[in-house]
Parts: sequence; C-alpha cells; structure tokens
Amino acid sequence: MTDTTQAVAGRSAPAAKAPASKGTRPMRLANPLYASLGLLVLVLLAWEFLPPALDVPKFIIPTLTDCLAELSRMWAFEGLLGHFLSTALYTVLGFAIGSLLGAVLGYLLGMSEFWEKVLSPYILALQIAPKVAFAPLFIMWFGYNAMPKLLVTVLIVFFPVLVNVLQAMRTVDRDLVNLARAYNLGRLGVFWKVEMPSTLPNLMAGLRIASTLAVIGVTVGELVGGNTGLGFLISYGGGQANAAMVFNAILLLTVIGYALYFALVKIETRVLHYLPRAEH
Amino acid sequence: MALEFRNVTKKFTTNAGDRLTAVSDVSFRVDEGEFVSVVGPSGCGKSTILSMTAGLYQPSDGEVLVSDAAVTGPNAHVGFMLQKDLLLPWRSIISNIEFGLEARGVAKAERRARAMKELEHCQLAGFDSHYPYQLSGGMRQRAALARTLAIDPEIILLDEPFSALDAQTKLLLQNSFAGTIAKTGKTTLLITHDLVEAVLMSDRILVLSERPGTVVAEIKVDLPKRDRPIERRVMPEVSDYAAQLFKHLKLEEKAA
Ligand SMILES: Nc1ncnc2c1ncn2[C@@H]1O[C@H](COP(=O)(O)OP(=O)(O)OP(=O)(O)O)[C@@H](O)[C@H]1O
Ligand SMILES: [Mg+2]
Repeated sequence: MTDTTQAVAGRSAPAAKAPASKGTRPMRLANPLYASLGLLVLVLLAWEFLPPALDVPKFIIPTLTDCLAELSRMWAFEGLLGHFLSTALYTVLGFAIGSLLGAVLGYLLGMSEFWEKVLSPYILALQIAPKVAFAPLFIMWFGYNAMPKLLVTVLIVFFPVLVNVLQAMRTVDRDLVNLARAYNLGRLGVFWKVEMPSTLPNLMAGLRIASTLAVIGVTVGELVGGNTGLGFLISYGGGQANAAMVFNAILLLTVIGYALYFALVKIETRVLHYLPRAEH
Repeated sequence: MALEFRNVTKKFTTNAGDRLTAVSDVSFRVDEGEFVSVVGPSGCGKSTILSMTAGLYQPSDGEVLVSDAAVTGPNAHVGFMLQKDLLLPWRSIISNIEFGLEARGVAKAERRARAMKELEHCQLAGFDSHYPYQLSGGMRQRAALARTLAIDPEIILLDEPFSALDAQTKLLLQNSFAGTIAKTGKTTLLITHDLVEAVLMSDRILVLSERPGTVVAEIKVDLPKRDRPIERRVMPEVSDYAAQLFKHLKLEEKAA
C-alpha cells in the first residue's frame, strides 16, 4: 500500500512540469497508467489461478503458464514467426491499399457533388453489407492463396476511410473556400491548400478505425482458407482442441492491431500538431 | 472611382426552389481612399454586397465595377475579411499571411518579406511562428488584416470584423485597423451592425432597408480623426450621427 502511494507521489512531481491545470482534487494524483498495470496484474493472476481452482479443464481455459509453454512450442515446431509475419504483413498491406483507395475515392467524390449523389446509395449498401462474408467468394475466385485475405482486408478498411473523408469534404468551411477563391486559387489549389488539410483530422480518425478493422479482415481471410497466418493457427488449433494455441494466436493478433493503431496515433499527433490539445 | 454599384439586384434560388431577392437596385460609389460603412437590418443583403464586390457571386442584374472594370470573378483588386478570422489552423501566422500571395506567383523570399512587413504593421511582430490557436481573438483578427493587406488590394472589404470581440478589444482593434488603413490609404468598405462603430470609422455611411435591401440613406460623417476612432469617440457629434442612423433604420417603430 505504502509503496503505491509513494510511486504515485514520485510520479506527480515531474508531471507538474507541464503547465497543466493542476488539479486540487486528490483524484488527480492517481496515475491511470499505474491503475491499468495493476488491473493487468490482477487479470493475469486470476487467469493463472482461477481455472485450476474451479476445476476448469485445460482444453477449455488454459492457464497463463500453459499458454506460455504452448507459445514456445509453437515457436519451435509450428513456425510461429512465419505465421505472425505473414499476418502482420497482410494487415499492413491491406490497410495501406484499402485506406489509400478509400481516401482517393473519398476526395474524388467530395469534389464532385454529381458523382457523390449518383454513387451514394451504392456506397451505403456496400457499407452495410458484412464485408467478411465476401471471404468464401474471394476464395472461389482466387483460390487458396493470399489474395482473398488481402481483398477482404482492403474491402473492410476502405469504407470507414471513404465515409470519413466524404463527410469531412462536405463540411469544409465554405467561407474558407471562398477566401481561397478570392485569392485566385483554382480548383486544385483550393483542394490542396484548404480542403485537404481541413479534412485531415477526419481522415486520421477514419484511419484509426480502419486499423482496428484491418486485423479482423486478415483474420477472417485466414480462418476461411489458406495455410498461413495466425487466423489459420486459430482454426488449426481449434480443430485439435488446443485452446492454448487459439489463445496465443488471438493475443498475437491483438498485438498486431495494437501496434498499427499506436503507430497511427503517433503519426496523428505529429501531423495534427496545430490542434490545441486539451491540457491534462 | 474605386468601387461602383450600378443598379445591382441579386436574386438567390432557395432550396425550396423559389426566388429570393436579397438586394434590389443598389447603386453607390466609393472614391479612392474613402472609408465607407454599410449598415442595415440583419438579412438585408450586406454580406451579399460584399461577396459580389469580391467576385464570388455575379449580380442578377446591374453591374459591379472595381477600378472602372466590371467584376467578373475573384480578382486581385479586392481583399476581404469576415467576422471569422478564417486563418488556416495548420499554418503558422506568417505562412497564413503569405497565403494570399501564393497563387499570385510571388517568389518565396519576397512573400516572406512582404508578410513580415505586414506583420509589423499589424503589431504582431514576434508572433510569426505561432499557430492561430495560440493567439487571442483580437490578435487573430489583426493577423487576418495583415493577410488582407499583404496582397496589396485596391479595396478592403470588412464584414463585421469586430463583432466577435469584447468591448475593449474591439475599441483597440478599431483604432489599430483605422490607423493601418489610413496609413496605407486603402479604399475600404465596412459592413457593421454597430452604429457607433460606423460613425467612428467612416467618411460616409450607407443605410440599407429591410430585405430586399436598397440604399435608403447616405450620411456623410463630417468629423476629423478618421484614423483615430478612440479620439473621435469623445466628440459630441458622434451621438447625433448615431441618432440619425437610428432614425433611418426605423428601430423605434420596430420596437413598438
Ligand atoms: N448563397 C445563398 N443562397 C441563397 N440565399 C442566400 C445566399 N446568401 C444569402 N442568401 C439570402 O440573402 C439574404 C441576405 O443575406 P446576407 O447574408 O447578405 O445578409 P446580411 O445583411 O449580411 O445579414 P447579417 O447582418 O445577418 O449578416 C438572406 O435572406 C439570405 O438568406
Ligand atoms: Mg452578413
């Protein structure tokens, strides 16, 4: 108990360097990072000791140590690294292609009211359709290779980016556009100097959502067909009643998604440095 | 003649599809170096007049002339400023001031030099690398004025540039704008709701009627110190002029 309070107090001193509104409430002192880590430790402990205590068999809920043991076995005998890298690669690739296409189409439609009106009912329909359900179809078309999972990922990433960009293009400040026009900027000039930067916050938000979906796309693609990737390990482990393998694969997928998301947040704070940040 | 409206009428098509006449048969002239204010009830078409001068819309009828040439589109003669500062949040102050020069083929070094000069004119020296969110409302409006002046327009159009500011900032800013504008000798058209502001800053005031707006009165302000509204403020005639405007706008009848 004393330990934590000290750690918290020690932490609050350097934090006070920032000219943030220093809270007078004691609540302010609690560092959420420590609370999060504490929670993690609790969950890990429960995971390790609760299932055996409740007599839950290993193939239903493997304990933490079971999972770690399985992880090193997977590393040694199942070619885990290869599966992991393949999934990571296709997640990033699918994300990059899908968001590029989504952004480009979003900007093009945002610049043409006519085409936006023509295409918007179809975009809405496609947006509502469950994209992962296309996976078997893509396998029928392209066979058991990387193409289907890449396509599912591209498809699933595409829409949130498209919709965010389109929405932002519709709400660009008209007065700002008029100002640019009054300064003799042409259509392209207005786009690059006003519309594009104005929509950047929404684009970044769309990319963040898309990054979390990218992992889902790849996983579904791998679950449905193929013999590589963490998704494949999930279905393979499931077939063998190897719950620890499934757990591990899920965890590693989460790691990939988290890394992508985190990288985007980093880029976002860089790119959007001019937005006033709420002082914490 | 710096600016002339000849029997200008502007009709808009509303979303419902019917035609709305914003201004009807407006005629006036503004001489070079003159400071003219436009007052009128809300929705009478003041901003519409400004947009037509800037070349953002064409009149439905009549002609708008700037420097004796008909306005057919956005052009280099006119710079405008609104209640919103319209600074680009992703650009530093100095590159915001340069914004208007970029599409005009001014070389980079010269752009920077001109922007720096205007920054000083507008008492913002030292804030060049700040971002808009780091400036106060009054400073942002001054930056917007610097951006407008940087393109060296023949006419400056101001659409309620002070109305979002508190009373003291407003007074100081009116004073600093008036000084800067007098020094550069720019022709200026100021749109405002503030009758006293119109009297303090102008050589002449145009009063518009309810929509469809048309010029119902033209008042010449015969007071010295146009470049120092703060000094004009204490002159006893100011309230007389304001009372005249008040009468033309029929505010009492409306309140009754
Ligand atoms: N682009 C547009 N399309 C349709 N109607 C418009 C458009 N711009 C202005 N109007 C209409 O024209 C009329 C005059 O508008 P304007 O903005 O010029 O008024 P204003 O005198 O500037 O008002 P305020 O003092 O409130 O700013 C209003 O009824 C407005 O609804
Ligand atoms: Mg207006």
